[in-house]
Amino acid sequence: MNLQQKRRRKDQLFAVVCFVSTIVSIVLLALLLCDIFIKGFSWLSWDFICSYPSRFPERAGIKSALWGSIWLILLTAALALPMGVSAAIYLEEYAPRSRLTKIIEINIFNLAGVPSVVYGILGLALFVRGLSLGKSLIAGALTLSLLILPIIIISTKEALGAVPESLREASYGLGASRWQTIRYQVLPSAMPWILTGNILALSRAIGETAPLIMIGALTFVAFTPQTPLDPFTAMPIQIFNWISRPQPEFADIASAAIIVLLLVLLTMNAAAIILRRKYQKKLQG
Amino acid sequence: MAVHSYNSVKEKIIEHYLFVCALISIFVTISIVLVLFSETVSFFRDVSIIEFLTGTRWAPIYTPSYFGVLPLINGTLLIAAGSSIIALPVGLTSAIYLSEYANERTRGIVKPVIEVLAGIPTVVYGCFAVLFVTPIIRKLIPETDIFNAASACIVVGIMILPMVSSLSEDAIRSVPRTLREGAYALGATKYEVTTRVVLPSALSGILASFILAISRAVGETMAVTLAAGATPNITFNIFESIQTMTAYIVQVSLGDTPAGSIAYKSIFAIGMVLFLMTFGMNLVSQWIRSRYQEVYE
Amino acid sequence: MNHEEIEISVKNMNLWYADNHALKNINMDIPRRKITALIGPSGCGKTSFIRCINRMNDLIPTVRTEGEMLLNNENINHKDIDVVSLRKKVGMVFQKPNPFPSSIFENVAYGPRIHGEKNKQQLAQIVEESLKNAALWDEVRDRIDRSALSLSGGQQQRLCIARTLAVHPDIILLDEPCSALDPVSTSKIEDLMVKLKEHYTIIIVTHNMQQAARVSDYTAFFLHGELIEFDETKKLFKKPKEKSTEDYITGRFG
Repeated sequence: MNLQQKRRRKDQLFAVVCFVSTIVSIVLLALLLCDIFIKGFSWLSWDFICSYPSRFPERAGIKSALWGSIWLILLTAALALPMGVSAAIYLEEYAPRSRLTKIIEINIFNLAGVPSVVYGILGLALFVRGLSLGKSLIAGALTLSLLILPIIIISTKEALGAVPESLREASYGLGASRWQTIRYQVLPSAMPWILTGNILALSRAIGETAPLIMIGALTFVAFTPQTPLDPFTAMPIQIFNWISRPQPEFADIASAAIIVLLLVLLTMNAAAIILRRKYQKKLQG
Repeated sequence: MAVHSYNSVKEKIIEHYLFVCALISIFVTISIVLVLFSETVSFFRDVSIIEFLTGTRWAPIYTPSYFGVLPLINGTLLIAAGSSIIALPVGLTSAIYLSEYANERTRGIVKPVIEVLAGIPTVVYGCFAVLFVTPIIRKLIPETDIFNAASACIVVGIMILPMVSSLSEDAIRSVPRTLREGAYALGATKYEVTTRVVLPSALSGILASFILAISRAVGETMAVTLAAGATPNITFNIFESIQTMTAYIVQVSLGDTPAGSIAYKSIFAIGMVLFLMTFGMNLVSQWIRSRYQEVYE
Repeated sequence: MNHEEIEISVKNMNLWYADNHALKNINMDIPRRKITALIGPSGCGKTSFIRCINRMNDLIPTVRTEGEMLLNNENINHKDIDVVSLRKKVGMVFQKPNPFPSSIFENVAYGPRIHGEKNKQQLAQIVEESLKNAALWDEVRDRIDRSALSLSGGQQQRLCIARTLAVHPDIILLDEPCSALDPVSTSKIEDLMVKLKEHYTIIIVTHNMQQAARVSDYTAFFLHGELIEFDETKKLFKKPKEKSTEDYITGRFG
């Protein structure tokens, strides 16, 4: 084989390798979803959603876990979103290019990479024990808020940064103040992307298990929480608990619970995309 | 739309409020460090730091107790290495495919799919490992333990793959077209252009993405807890059961650990090691990106 | 020019971008209710200069200025000046049309709103008046609630002018307003400027010398951050006093 043919052969081989590795991810995802679906689908029923967990797989349901997760997400959203968006607005629109600002930004980036267990440890020490909130919903929500705060700040900053400077100039040129410009031009412009980023951050929170284990989310809960100070369980915790049981039926129920969790995530992501499209349409008239 | 008119006092108040929110992030880091540090110091009053760092047995709850952290670190690094062997090459090559070969339509379909992989909760990956991957491995290699590192490596590898893929792709795409065109004009094949021109130019971004992905693997908890096991031991055999630092923390939390006991404090000490490792890796990743980033006009 | 006829008096104006001395000792009296054109090659400082007049340079962190700019005998360069009300008096139209991503009505109403106007009828009146003065009303009167982004480039620029007029400025700054537009839209805007100078002092930065010659009453030639020559347009173009001015307008450079 002469040099030309060798080179061409290498080139073709490389293209195939790259294509295959891309396909690999898709294939694996399909396998994962199929497997879960097959195992869990037959156990999925209205009863499943409306019953509490039980020692008997036939009677077990995820009612308490589902409600716990919903409560958690609402509380976490209320805590983390306003603070995260405010911090991002400051860093992107107000902060001078100083050392302090750079340190804060590097710090936030690193916090986004800290393992969720470490946030769990923090939550345990600070909220459960430190503020004596006990193993409650609010302690869980506070912990999850800290976890997703860096993600919200980073994605909101990106959304704000994508608003063209000409928009701000037009507003300032008319005599608007900084806050007027942000509130009436920049924020509305960036809103589709801010929403998407926030909903994605929340969907990350809803799937987190380790921090909730550290907080002390219970695994056998036969009630739904009534106040933020109540003990609770959540879907990932329930899944974890069921899959750890030896009886094979529990593995099937765990799969059914996973289907429910994935459906909730799918709904959240779809909502994010729909909201973003709606906002974008509004801006483009 | 009711627009409120300019009021400089209000402007100042708003600016101060937003500044305080931004400072919260510093507060979080300081809290993490303080909380971990204080309990870790308390831990080392009862446990010798030398034994901790050099001992090869980890058995804090039993009597007699051993407090050598090396088995846990070994477990964590084993998973990190194993998952990297899967995720780094596959992630990089699929990033190359998406940026150099695929057309807009294919990218539009494949990218979201890979993003979905990134959005699946880790506990689901753990279930996948236990229900699907481990049985297959055991069929192929019967001596494998029920809990084994290999299963966790595969699953964590799939988990961090999207990260490698999308960050590397960003780095590769930011290499300007003119660089590639110069090489093509000389008659180079796509393989040659990619490996000799594009990848070296994107190297800092790719390396940074690798480090971030490995850091994620180090911090992974649920998949390894479910699949890899709870036996701390020093081994390179991925078909055995091991325990990672993260899995240990979860194990202790699931039990009833009285506050103030050695087992309770050990969570913080291990957490400190974990935090230092991942924080350090993230700093290195940022440093690489800022120091070696090629700036294109 | 006597005292009554001067709108802005510039004394020893200097500007730095970090270490780059971009404006060097500019001294100039800009006449009231006339069109003054600023011409010169790229990078000569004319845009930097015009942005001093409404303190838009404040938005750039590395900028440092010295010297006086007197407007109604007040030095607008002083740090205690309320920039927000300055920009109400001095409006600006940018090179690329930059309407807000909202309706035509909202675009024009934004200015009066942020300065405190709440009355719906008043706002509607101001919007109609401004659009008429910007020669856009007839074209948009029945789609005033549609998005501003649906307008053509030339219409968008006239919308930006209407937006500026809505806050009732005394001075209008235009930074190469036609450079992104086609010839038909350009001539519409030039006609508009000649009409507007009855009520407003107009300062326009332009790359296009024919435009300066067509439209302006006074012309200032900038080169490397210095003001080389400032005179009545007819005089400057017919018989320039400086050699570099003559070289520039005859196309020898720039």
